Amino acid sequence: MAELTYRDAVARGIAQEMARDPDVVLIGEDIAKAGGVFKATVGLYEQFGPRRVRDTPISEQAILGAAMGAAMTGLKPIAEIMFADFAAVCWDYFANEFPKSRYMTNGQVKTPLVVRLGNGGGARFGAQHSQSVENWCMMIPGLKVVVPSSPIDVVGLMAAAVRDPDPVIFLEHKSLYATKGEVPDGEIVDTLGTAKILRPGKDATILALSLMVPRALEAADRLQAEHGIDCEVIDVRSLVPLDTQTILASVARTHRVFTVEENPRLCGWGAELMSIIADEAFYELDGPLVRITTPHIPLPAADVLEDLVIPNAARIVETVLRTLSN
Amino acid sequence: MSKKTVTDDISAEVRLELYRTQVRLREAEQRAFDLFLQNLVKGTSHLSLGQEAIAAGFAVAMQKGDLSFCTYRGHAHTLARGVPVEKVLGELMSRDNGLMRGKGGSMHLTSVEHGVMGSYAIIGAHLPIACGAAWRAQYRGDSDVSVCFFGDGTTNIGAFHEALNFAAIWKLPVVFVCENNLYMEYTPIADVTAVEHPAADRAAAYGLERIIIDGNDADEVLRTARKAYERARRGDGPSLIEAMTYRHSGHSRADPAKYRPEGELESWKKRDPIKMYRARLLKLGVSEAVLNTIDQEIKDEVEAATVACKAAPAPSADIIFTDVYADGGWAWRN
Repeated sequence: MAELTYRDAVARGIAQEMARDPDVVLIGEDIAKAGGVFKATVGLYEQFGPRRVRDTPISEQAILGAAMGAAMTGLKPIAEIMFADFAAVCWDYFANEFPKSRYMTNGQVKTPLVVRLGNGGGARFGAQHSQSVENWCMMIPGLKVVVPSSPIDVVGLMAAAVRDPDPVIFLEHKSLYATKGEVPDGEIVDTLGTAKILRPGKDATILALSLMVPRALEAADRLQAEHGIDCEVIDVRSLVPLDTQTILASVARTHRVFTVEENPRLCGWGAELMSIIADEAFYELDGPLVRITTPHIPLPAADVLEDLVIPNAARIVETVLRTLSN
Repeated sequence: MSKKTVTDDISAEVRLELYRTQVRLREAEQRAFDLFLQNLVKGTSHLSLGQEAIAAGFAVAMQKGDLSFCTYRGHAHTLARGVPVEKVLGELMSRDNGLMRGKGGSMHLTSVEHGVMGSYAIIGAHLPIACGAAWRAQYRGDSDVSVCFFGDGTTNIGAFHEALNFAAIWKLPVVFVCENNLYMEYTPIADVTAVEHPAADRAAAYGLERIIIDGNDADEVLRTARKAYERARRGDGPSLIEAMTYRHSGHSRADPAKYRPEGELESWKKRDPIKMYRARLLKLGVSEAVLNTIDQEIKDEVEAATVACKAAPAPSADIIFTDVYADGGWAWRN
């Protein structure tokens, strides 16, 4: 057992899979000699060499197209798109190429690849380097979308993503890179499509993802300590496949549900989850379905402004209190 | 037929294969057009009538295992790798015997077993993808070449330039083939491009040779393809080839091509690649009877394919939900 940062967990997960399978290769901008702009791939170039860990030009379409062509013909590439916002300049691959080739060719073409992206806000980078793009990806049939919140999940879900035969979008949160957690020694392989109950509770279910997970946990502790409200916190972890059973079972126990979403409000993943809950667990509910999200605005750069718009523990506490007291 | 006269650096067998392939592409696509007029081909279709020498030359020069990456104008390149006419017409006609059982349609013809790794309908998308397949070959030490076909219009999209640079710096075994048919959809390519030769005049920017060939001469295409494939297999990196040609029909089935100046089509039809190649073979001593036999065999093949497609059932509704994910299904939740 060792304490690892989230960023070191990324490198550990990739190293675990590269050591296991010679078909796993890693490409991206500054990921090799420089170890990545977020330092999440430090040591991989030294360990696996320039043939398997390869720097690319600033050519996001070339990076993803190359990953796809390699995947179609037998490799298992991991490609990094540095800031998740840059997905917009190579969106064709997310929307048209990776997810549709298998279907359109009646199963002939396979694209087992992983795209890693530096997702999310909190670094004061402004509106084009801070977005949470999981919803962009979730809406496309054929993609899988994984959004880990802790070092151990990063390692295990990275392994699961690399071994998965489908294209997996792996969203790493920039503001979590420095966070730490215990990670056992040895091989770790998790399962895509499984949510995790991080804190059992009986009064309300809080569904969270990525950076919102530690904030939901902090809010749950305060709600318990200061108000005697016992919240269950579920880390959704994987948007596609989606573990609706864990979520619906929790709602059936607590009868109240909240989502905490970093994304701007419209069409957030929480809206999809709430619609499923409304459809399938309506008679379990004792109150309204409440989403806590960033307002529907581009993110401002200034720290004081960014902190006002991305959900935090105080806002979660206040929203849960207000809702449960109505 | 005298092998002495018909064989030089290209053998008699290869020349007949070039002829047969071109005739096959022409007949199959002409049939696709006729079936469209009968409302039996649904959706859109983009024909390569008049451009057959490029598809034939590059395909005949390939080895088994080489990979083709095509555009939505991909019927010819797909057929040229030996995919049965029935499979292609069946896909165009939305029948269960189609190459992808109707799930892809005209613009996405794919036959992995024939090395046809897909037809891509988003301009430029497949150039980086071909780079990826070539990267795999380089990484594993495989000897196959990835060949990527696209139109002149593609040279003005970003992915073209990203892929060229990427292939050049990694020295990938990929061959980029620009079919310059003078029009990007409905607009003359010269009206929207900063240079005269949209592909070749950009080659220098990526450290590549400027190569312009007569795309209506199957022998010239074949010789160029052989050189480019050899270079790729030697590990000397990519090639960018601009093949000059002309499409006899409009951009797609919806386009009567009225934007073309009077006489342009007629003058190019005098340079019809199949007519020219037939004349060359006759001059080289191939008998008319041999060519007529090939013509008849192809006609019979296309007719039999048409009959089979007309008789084939529509795809069954259960395939709507197959192959979204690798488990064969479409489940996104538990």
